[in-house]
Parts: sequence; structure tokens; C-alpha cells
Amino acid sequence: MSTRTITVDANEAVASVAHRASEVIAIYPITPASPMGELCDEWSAQGRKNLWGLVPGIVEMQSEAGAAGAVHGALQAGSLSTTFTASQGLLLMIPDLYKIAGELTCFCLHVAARTLATHALSIFGDHSDVMACRQVGLALLASGSVQEAHDLAAVAHAATLRARVPFLHFFDGFRTSHEVNRIEQLADDDLLALLDEEAIAAHRRRALTPDHPVLRGTAQNPDVFFQAREASNGFYDACPGIVQATMDAFAARTGRQYRLFDYVGHPEAERVVVLMGSGAEAAHETVDYLTALGERVGIVKVRLYRPLDVRALVAALPASVRSIAVLDRTKEPGAVGEPLYVDVVTALAEARAEGWSPFAAEPRVIGGRYGLSSKEFTPAMVKGVFDELSRPKPKNHFTVGIKDDVTHRSLAYDDALDIEQPDVVRAVFFGLGSDGTVGSNKNTIKIIGEDTPNFAQGYFVYDSKKAGAVTISHLRFGPRAIRSSYLIRQASYVACHAEQFMDRLDVLDLAAPGATFVLNTTQGKDAVWGSLPREVQEQIIEKKLRFYAIDAYRAAEEAGLGRHLSTVMQACFFALSKVLPPAEATARIRASIQKAYGKRGAEVVARNFAAVDAAEGHLFEVTVPGAATAPRQRPPQVPRQAPDFVQRVTAVMLAGKGDSLPVSAFPVDGTWPTGTSQWEKRGIALEIPIWDPTICIQCNKCALVCPHAAIRVKVFDPREMEHAPASFVAVDYKAGELAGMKYTVQVAPDDCTGCDLCAVVCPAKDKGNPRHKSLDMKPARDHRDRERENWAFLTTLPDTDKRKVHLDVKGVELIEPLFEFSGACAGCGETPYIKLMTQLFGDRALIANATGCTSIYGGNLPTTPYRTNQEGRGPAWANSLFEDNAEFGLGLRLGVDAHARAARLSLTQLAPTLGDELCKALLDSTQDDEAEIFAQRERVVILRQRLARIEGMEARRLELIVDYLVKKSVWIVGGDGWAYDIGYGGVDHVLASGADVNLLVLDTEVYSNTGGQASKATPLGAAAKYASAGKATGKKDLGMLAMTYGNAYVASVAFGAKDVQTVNAFREAEAYPGPSLIIAYSHCIAHGYDMSHGLEQQKLAVDSGVWPLYRFDPRRLQAGEPPLKLDSSGTPKVKVRDYMKNEGRFRMVELKDPKHYAELLAAAERYSANRHAIYEQLAGLHVTRKDG
Amino acid sequence: MDLSTTYLGLPLAHPLMAGASPLADDLDTVRRLEDAGSSAIVLRSLFEEQIVREQLGAAAHLQAHDDAFAEALSYTPPTTVFAMGPDTYLEQIRRIREAVRVPVIASLNGATPGGWTRYARLMEQAGAHALECNLYVIPTEPHESGQHVEERLLAIVASVTSSVTIPVAVKLSPFFSSLPHFARRLSIAGARGAVLFNRFYQPDIDVEDLDVVRSLHLSDSSELLLRLRWLAVLSGRTPLSLAASGGVHTTVDAVKAMMAGASAVQLVSALLRHGPGHLREVIAGVHTWLDEHDYTSLAQLTGSMNLSRCPEPAAYERANYMTLLQSFHGEV
Repeated sequence: MSTRTITVDANEAVASVAHRASEVIAIYPITPASPMGELCDEWSAQGRKNLWGLVPGIVEMQSEAGAAGAVHGALQAGSLSTTFTASQGLLLMIPDLYKIAGELTCFCLHVAARTLATHALSIFGDHSDVMACRQVGLALLASGSVQEAHDLAAVAHAATLRARVPFLHFFDGFRTSHEVNRIEQLADDDLLALLDEEAIAAHRRRALTPDHPVLRGTAQNPDVFFQAREASNGFYDACPGIVQATMDAFAARTGRQYRLFDYVGHPEAERVVVLMGSGAEAAHETVDYLTALGERVGIVKVRLYRPLDVRALVAALPASVRSIAVLDRTKEPGAVGEPLYVDVVTALAEARAEGWSPFAAEPRVIGGRYGLSSKEFTPAMVKGVFDELSRPKPKNHFTVGIKDDVTHRSLAYDDALDIEQPDVVRAVFFGLGSDGTVGSNKNTIKIIGEDTPNFAQGYFVYDSKKAGAVTISHLRFGPRAIRSSYLIRQASYVACHAEQFMDRLDVLDLAAPGATFVLNTTQGKDAVWGSLPREVQEQIIEKKLRFYAIDAYRAAEEAGLGRHLSTVMQACFFALSKVLPPAEATARIRASIQKAYGKRGAEVVARNFAAVDAAEGHLFEVTVPGAATAPRQRPPQVPRQAPDFVQRVTAVMLAGKGDSLPVSAFPVDGTWPTGTSQWEKRGIALEIPIWDPTICIQCNKCALVCPHAAIRVKVFDPREMEHAPASFVAVDYKAGELAGMKYTVQVAPDDCTGCDLCAVVCPAKDKGNPRHKSLDMKPARDHRDRERENWAFLTTLPDTDKRKVHLDVKGVELIEPLFEFSGACAGCGETPYIKLMTQLFGDRALIANATGCTSIYGGNLPTTPYRTNQEGRGPAWANSLFEDNAEFGLGLRLGVDAHARAARLSLTQLAPTLGDELCKALLDSTQDDEAEIFAQRERVVILRQRLARIEGMEARRLELIVDYLVKKSVWIVGGDGWAYDIGYGGVDHVLASGADVNLLVLDTEVYSNTGGQASKATPLGAAAKYASAGKATGKKDLGMLAMTYGNAYVASVAFGAKDVQTVNAFREAEAYPGPSLIIAYSHCIAHGYDMSHGLEQQKLAVDSGVWPLYRFDPRRLQAGEPPLKLDSSGTPKVKVRDYMKNEGRFRMVELKDPKHYAELLAAAERYSANRHAIYEQLAGLHVTRKDG
Repeated sequence: MDLSTTYLGLPLAHPLMAGASPLADDLDTVRRLEDAGSSAIVLRSLFEEQIVREQLGAAAHLQAHDDAFAEALSYTPPTTVFAMGPDTYLEQIRRIREAVRVPVIASLNGATPGGWTRYARLMEQAGAHALECNLYVIPTEPHESGQHVEERLLAIVASVTSSVTIPVAVKLSPFFSSLPHFARRLSIAGARGAVLFNRFYQPDIDVEDLDVVRSLHLSDSSELLLRLRWLAVLSGRTPLSLAASGGVHTTVDAVKAMMAGASAVQLVSALLRHGPGHLREVIAGVHTWLDEHDYTSLAQLTGSMNLSRCPEPAAYERANYMTLLQSFHGEV
């Protein structure tokens, strides 16, 4: 037996086994399981072989349902197959899982267990997905740590071969899937010894083959189905024994013994907790602590949950037990209790009824829920549960870890309990998403975990924003295996890598007394102390912290690393924490840099070396005075004028204290107010655009391209200037339609991300010095205060009346966007389209939003970017699922139409009372422009007034739905993963339905939100995850498919190339009385270049013919014109290669294999040319309309 | 007629070759160039600055978003599976060496002293028979004197020539106060040849958008004239092998270059415009021309019209045309 120590997360630990034990792997991305598929794809692409010398075949499918189907087929063909998933993905697999189980197929599925979407989506971990599968007939095997996930993955692959029962092996999403820990890696020989060759042969002999044909999947009738279904019982009966035997064989080889139910604790425990997953690790640690104090407590870790071996479960409990708490990491509303609780109660009842109960006195059993959506589960909570078990009447059906002040089910516990051992180094790092903190911390864990005798653990907390995100790294190093499956509460080392966090977050809340605190700050030695808010100074003094500071930005910049400060801060950690002798630490950091950056080039390595060498020279200790001196306190999270809900709830979440909010703080059904992003002032931009009105040409393009609606143009009455701050600048508005008005361009300095797009697009150059434009990016620190005041004034100015402007590129920007300050990436290519839609139609829009980037920046708490106008109208937004969005949107349309029909019917019936003239006007209104819609709203106001004077149910019913007499605009929004892949069936059906909905596909050509996996929209030649060698097939032509229906409006747009065409397409699509599809080119960070060039790349995409612009309008047929109108030139102005060479996604392919790239490039050029040729022919096609 | 010659100490079948250009990026084109008679293959320049910028750019843009968002710990396939550096270029040297029998000349534009020598060594190790140092400098600092610029360039040349054993040619710009003096010092610094001249990107101005637009137009024969003058000036007065680069499109162009003193004549624009086969026509044309004009050897031709041998050296030396009346040499 050979053992190798590695530090990996559970996703990698599991994939390492699954890839080696499989021949066919079908994958589909879903958080938090995506890395398993990515790693398998990467390994196969590198030619890594499985245990039998074959490179496993990888296929990316269009959905998890597709992956399950492909796996089912591969298994039926006699191959060894696996897949990975989580949450909704697992739900989509269920139909195939029933089939795979019903056919007694040897199969192992790995699940990074994740919360199912209910009142809200959550990407985090609990067992609600797995628990939805307990009835399908798969064995359910639970792992609680990275090592266990590695080991039990092997046990699952081995046991299924012998048992013929398919296995679902699961471990907790994020807490385990993403925790980096030191483990012993199983060698190929270990796996080969475990996997029974004869069982594999038997699996192969059962393959569907025309050489020995059989038939499966019959349809059976009442006469036989039941008996046939019972025929598999023996396999389930035998399964637990096979699993235990496999575990024993595994132990004989590795020394790591697992049992179906592992008991830990006092041999004569009186109080026992039963649970599974990562929570068992924290409970294990707590039991060790409590038993050392003499308490008679223990836990049962459930490994094999299905098939449940009742005797083994009961036998695992000490006979001395008097009370048992069963903890479920799931919620089953309306059930007598959660599943594991019910199972334990039933098992004990059966034992008692059948007379084999080992207990002197029947133990009392209570059940409770914990840890939903990765809610922390700490030793303090475990102790709270044990304390509850000591009570004479312990609370049943409790919750632990939250405060339920509504139904009072939660347990109280002493949150201050800290059982961590002093010899464990606990370090917490607050970083900015883009500063490399997490990456270098992962390197630190590798250095310590793999190169020293120490154990190491890392867990990383990310926030919900994609730009300016906060990361918090929790690192533990110690002499024993680290079971602490919870965040560090008392850190011996706290590093804050961004000084602005000191004003926003309670960074030092996590510092233990006497801890070391390191702050990256631009303040000099004499100014650091004074720069801190009073609360922070007090914490430093009270906790007696050793306080160090460094200008890591300067150190990084001097080393040529820009603002990538992580190497500097890593060197500081090693210097101050002394986990390694200084010389050894430096050598090991250098070696890890060489390893990590070697391929990225000598220059990158050299600059990181320089940063390591320079770090200590910049670091200094700050003298801490005896008393706090700061006059200022930490500013409030949200301004005082924010609404009550924002003050009570949102602000607490923004402070990172959401865990403290009680149940009563929340809406009961997942309904949240919109427009709360305006209160979250993050101030993340280093540079902001500053307007020079003297050369501005008032084109409004800056506002059009801004991804965050953080630069606005406004036209207003000159009299408003009387109230303006002195620094507020406005000039005369030049367009005739609003003559005599003032015009301004204003940045929201705390909401701008500094992406540059507005300054890049600005066409107004100073003729004497063309380097200077009307918008120049300037340091935010020099302008923020003034612009903040100006912005505040801008928000007081009245909205522009939509009726008074032409809704063209220029005019639409005078309309208030109803989507602002989202959590999208800096420079996002999607959000300008959404913003545009809200400007045009937001006051009457319902949005069905597919899961993905759009739903995350659109609906990920704490704040919401969709807002209302000054009349209180704005987009109503909902995310149903990833796969059903088109159907969901169609449903919205149907619902809205039903209300409108009912209102019209009521109106007709009540017309004599309400006034025929008003009713006729309401019924006949075409509402085909803003003036008509405004007029209709005015009529509705009158109608309401008249209805209020009328008695009777009919009037009351009409009152509820009068607003539906005003046209509603239904938008179905999502990315290419939804529209091209998982949701395509729905998209296709909705297009065919003829319903008046608008589908907006924000096409980034990859699954952006889950990390850039290839979709069918990925273009030929681009590298993406699951297509790392460069996609060899062409982009699916979604627009062409939609055009074939003939009844749908279809447009292909790219605002960076031709904004006029984009705006026209949006207006035409909305006006079209049927289904409309807009496919919108969206540059994305997954394309691998600086997003400030996003607009240039859009233009190159169009000019090269890669992204043709067109509008297909079936109405043109009636005029005898071709419905397809090409809006971009058929003759490319630039070469496809000149577009592709600028983007990392293409360049990677070239660097990896220039010859292959040349072939792909040639194919991409041909594809593009052919596509254009077809479009040109279609655009010249005159179809004679044959009516009747 | 035997046109064999020696360039940078390398024996060549004749002086005509494809100059540094993207033509050598593609192995099939390289083979076609050899088939067309190219007496050597010169690769396009490896720009150290580009490599460094790409490395840093990749670090900035491919990895900038790593480990920042829970759902996407990265956004591209792993960047550790391909090398960011000169590997592709070096591999191309190796592949061309294997594919052709003629000498292979690598071309380098360094950005740092360490970079020049590091990449020069790597190119030698990859199998290059000779190295062309593409000295591409646009002095923009008012404080830096011409002499200082020359010292800087000479230090680079000296460092490269002392780092490799293969012959080193220096590709120059025409903008030197005293090219003969600089050429002399290049020779002292260890250079074996000079290539006259490199062609810079030609920035143009977009008067509508107020932008500077970079462009590189293909040359025509008119550009040869500048080369002819300086080849003629240097020819016979420097131990450096001289190569003409820029403006050679026709047989007569090639003949002129050789007459002015070039022992190697590089074609690029003509081959980009007409394809590698054009070289065959030019070479055949040179043979025919020499035969038709009763030349007996290449040596007879080479440098025959240089400053010291041409009938009227003043034509090379004078800045402007002089009428007969102005060409008075006697005393009044």
C-alpha cells in the first residue's frame, strides 16, 4: 500500500476516484458540483487514464436530465459510468434514477448536496436534494469530510458492483465540497483491489447487445407489475452487508475503518445525537470535548442511509442511552418529522415491537433541523442539543442555529462556547475578490499541508456580488486532523487586505484576545491608527491585539504586480505567524510560486518573487495607545433615510450579521421589496468618470453602455438649479424637443465600479488635446465627496416624461433606468440590455428570469437592483427555475391576459353604470405608444374613482384588476445556457405558441455564472470548460431556428457595435403582437480579456461577420418585403482572426496547439462566411403571401 | 552562373531569401519558400515585450476573476496546461530546422538586457543557424542623446554576441547620425552583419475620430532607394555582411541591391503580395539578367556600385540634386 498526502477539496477528492473508476462520464454544470465535472473533463483532455488504461469519455449534456439519460444508456451498454450533480440538477435526474435502480444497475452518482429552491434559491449546502431521492431506490451513502468523501466514493463505486443497487454518494455542498483539507490519497492499487473484477464482468455481461439480445423497459400491467417490482427485494436486503464488507476490506487496506453507523463518544452514553454529513464532524469534536469533561454523551454518524439497516442502526446506539436527538439538515413541511428522525423513531419502535430492543429503558427521541443552506453548525449548537436532551421534557421538532421568535421552535444555546485547541493556528483573511487572497491562501494550505507534518484546512466565504466582492478565508493549521466543519470564531491571526472593510465590516469580531492583526493600508506609520474608526480602535485595545500594517498595494506595484497583493500578504502571514522558520517559509513560498506560475511565464514568477522579498520591508508594527482616539465611528450600513425594512433587515445583512436576524424579520413566502441596491453604497471604484461639459456632444452613449446605471444623463427645468450644490454642473440641452431645459451627466460615485466603458465609448474629444474626452476616468478619492453630493441632488430631480422624448438611442437615456447598481461584474456586457429594457418598458414589465448570472445580479440578496419610478411602478421580477423559464414567462402572460380579459368583460358589463364613453375609450385604446399608455392610465384613474362609488361584487372584482387594462409587457430573460441548452425545449414551445412574450437571451456564449462551461452557443474555436481544446463545432443558430416558425420576431443585436439597431430591435420586439426573440451579444469576463475593451470586441465581432446583426419581422411579409433584414454588412470589414486574437478564450487554444487552432480558425472563418451567405439569400427572398 | 555567396559566415546558394515575416509561421509556406529557392529562412521577430505583456495580461485577465465568486472559482479552462512564453516560437525554429535544408535565421526584439540574452540563447539552443537582432528603437526622451541611444544598442549587441556562438546580424533603422561609424562599432561589438533596414509600423492619423491608427503597408520598389544609398555607403568599408531588406520586388531591384553591396537580399512584401513562388521568378531573373549583361561572377556584381566604386559618388553623398552649373569643382 502506498499513501500520498494531498491537500484538496472534496470535489477533487471525489472526482479523483470517479474518474479512475469510470469509462463514460456525462456532465452538466451546477453549483457546487461543477468542479467535479470540470476536473474529469480536464483530466481526460490531458489524456489521464482510468484504472484500466482507458481515457474516460466525457460528454457535456444539455441538462442534468440529459446527463442522467446518457449515463443510463452508457450503463445499459455495459460500461462503467458516473455523473455529478446537486440540488435542482438531482431533481431533474430522478426519472432516470428510478429506471437505473429498477433495472438493478451498477452505478455511482456523486452529489455535492445543496439546498433545493423553495421560497428562494440557495447555492449552499443541505440535504434537501438528497432527501428528495430517498424513495427512488438508490443506496444513499453520506460523507462528512474531505477524507471521507474520497474514501466513501471508492466504497460506493465498489459496493454498487457487488450489490447491483445503484449508489448516490453525497457530501455537503460547499462545507465539504469546497473545503480544502489534507487527506491521504487512494492509490490506483487501492481502488483496483476494491473493485471486484468478476462483478465488473457480470455488469458487462448484462449489457444490451445485439450479440445477446434482451429487452428492457417493458410496459407491464396490473397482473404482473407488483410482483416484478418486489422481485428486487433481495438485492436491497443484501446491500448493507455488502457495503459493510466493502468498508471492512477498505479498512484492511488503508487502516481507515468505516461502519454503516459509526458511534463516537462515551461507551455508556445517556444522551446521543444522530446525524449525517459534515455536521457530524463538528458534533464529533464536541463529543470529544464533552466526554473529556466527564459527560456521558455520544453521536451516531449515519453513513449508509438507504437501504437503512435497522438492526445496525439500533446496535450502534449504546444500550445506556436515555435520550436521542436526531438532526436533519432538511425540512419537510407538514411531515410528522424530518426523514432521519422518522426513520430512527420507526427503527426503535420496530426493535421494541419485535422484541430485540437492547435498551434498558426506551430512550426518548426528539428531532430537529439544523444547517439549512449551509447555516453554521457549531460545537455551541451541538452542546445546546445535548443540553436540551438533559431536560425533563426536551423540545421536539426543534431548530438549532437560528432564533425562531415566531413559532418558538429554536433551541437556546451558549453561542460563546469555544472548544478549539490552542495549538491550532487559526487565521482569517478578508480579501477583495480580485486581489488573489483566496488563491494564495490555497497555496499556503498546500505548503503547510503537503510539505510539513501539520494538518491544514481552508474554507472560503464569498459574497453575493461579482464586482468588488469580499472574500473571507478561514485557515486552520494544527498537529491533529482538523474536524472543525464550521467557520473560525476566535482567530489568532486576522488580516484585512482592503482598508475600506474597516468601515463596512466588523473585521475584528473574529479576533481572539492577543491575536495578531494585519491591515493593508495606504496610510503611513503615523497615520494608520488615526485612520481607524473608534470601534476598531477599542477592539484592538480591549483584545490586546498586536497590530501590524503594510502598504501592500505599493509593495505589489513596486514588484510589478499591479494591485495583486496576495503574494505580499502571504509573505506577511508566514513572517508573523511563524508557522514555519522564516528561511524555510520563503523557500517554500518561492517553490509554490514557481509551481503555480511557472507556465504563466518567467516574468510573472520573477515579479512574485520580488513581492515576497519586498514584503517584510514594507511591514511595520503600529504602536497602540492606551485609549481610543478616533472621533469618528463606523458609518451606518445604509443611509438614515432608507426605508424601515432596509434599516432593520438589509442593513444587518450588509454588515455580515444576517445570522443574527430572527425568523420574524423575514417575509413568509420569499417576497422581497425591490429597489434596495440604491441603499448599498459600496464605493468600490478606484477611478470614476468625471464630466467635462464644455466638449460634451450630449450623445448619451455613456449612460447607454454603463452596466451598473451608475452614470446618468438628465434633462430638467433650469429652475431646479436653484437648489443645486455649488459643484453641480449643467449646460443647456441641445436637442429641440426639450428646448430651454438644462442637461447634465452625473456619476453615482459610490455605485460606479470603475469599469471604464463610459469613458471608452465617449466620442467627444478635446480638439486641442484629443487625449482628453468629455468623460475621463479620474481617481475616485479626489472626486468622491463632491460627486456624492451632486448625485444626491440628481436623484431629487423629476423623471423625464416618456411622452416628451423620442425613444431612440439618445432619448431613451433620458428615461430613468429601473435596474440599477446590480451585483454584476465590472464591465458586464449583459446588464446594459436589461437596463435598456427597463427604461423602455420597465413601468409595465413582468420579468421571468432564468437562473444564472441574470438571476444572481438580479435577485441575490442582500439587495435588489430592480426598482420603481417616481410613480411607484417598475418591473415585477421572479425566478422560477433554470430549465422552465420560458414556460414560466408564458404562464405570466397567460395570467396577465386572463386578468385583462376579465377586466374588459367586467367593464363591458358595468359600462352603463360607469359611463359608456369612458368604458369605450378604455376598451378601444390601442396603447401603441407612450402617449396612449399614459392616456389609458389616466382613464384607469377615473375608472377607479367611479368604481369606488359603485356598490356590488362586480365593482369590487374589477377594482382588483383595473390596472390590467393597461398593457403589460412580459419579458423572459436568461443566458445562453438556458436558451440554447437546458431551457431550449421551453423556448421552442413558447416561440411556437404565438403568445405575446419577449425573450431576451443574453448570450455570453458560455455558462457564465457557474464558471464558463461550454454551451451550444459557444463559438467554434473558443476554449471553454468542457471544451478546453477549443470547441470544434459551430455555434447553434438559435435565431435561424426561431425564424423557421415564421410567426416570431427575431433580432440579433450587439449594442457595442450598433446601438441604434439594438434600441430599434427592443422597441419592435415589444410592439410585435406575438413571440419575440432578441439574441444579445454580451461580452463577459469568461472571454478572457479586459472588459474595458468589451465594446471594441462587440464591434469586431460584427465587422468580422462572427456576429451578424439582423431583425426578422414577420409583419414585413404583408408589405411584400423579405421578413429578414440584415443590419450588418455581408462583406466582413475585418478578418475573423483579428476578432479572435484579442480574446483569451481563443488565444489559449492557439498557445496550446497552434496547428489545431489554425484548423479551428479556418473552420470558424468558413462557418461565418457560410452563415452570412445564407442570411444574405434569405434577406433577398421575396415570399408571396398566400392568405386563406 | 554560380551565385553562391557567404552571409554571416553561412554559405548560401545565392543571396536571395525570404526576409523576416509571418511567412515562416506556417510550415507548408516555409517548404514552399525553400522549393522556390529561398537561400535561407528568416523567422519573424520574437518580441520580448509582447511575451511579457501577454504573460502579465493573461495573469490579469484570465486569472483575475479566480476564487472571487462562490459559483465560479474560475472562468476559463486551467491556464496551467499551456505555456505563456517563447515556446511556440522556439518550437517553430525546431520544426523549420527539421523541414528545410537551408540555414534558419531567428529574429529577436528584446525589451530588457536579460531578455535579449535569455531569448538569444534559447533560439540558439532551438537550432537557429544565425540570429537577427531587430534593434527597434524610437527615442522619445528629450534627455537622451543620440550617442546614449547608440551606447544602449551596442551594449545589447555585445551582450547577445557574447551569449551565443551563432553569428549575429543586426537589423537597423535608417535613423543614425553616422551609420558608418555605428556599423564599425557594431562590428567591434561582435556583430557579423547588418540588415538595412527594418520597417516600422507607420502611425497614421484618423482626422475624423482624432485617433492614431497603426498600419503597416506593404513596401514597393521606391523604398529600395534609401537602402541602396546606405548599402553603397557601407559596402567595402565594414567587415559586416550586408543584407538589403525593404523594397526589393523585382529582379532589377535585387540586382541593384547587390550592386550597392548587399551579400544577402531579403524579400517580404513581394512574397506576401505574390506568394512564395515569386521568389523563384526573381532568382531566375537574376540569373538571366547576369547572363544577358555578361557578368561572369557574383563577386563582379556585388558592391560594384558602392560609394568607392561607382562613377559618381556625389550622387550618394549629396542631399540635393545639382545642376551642371552647380557642379563646379575648380577655383574661381
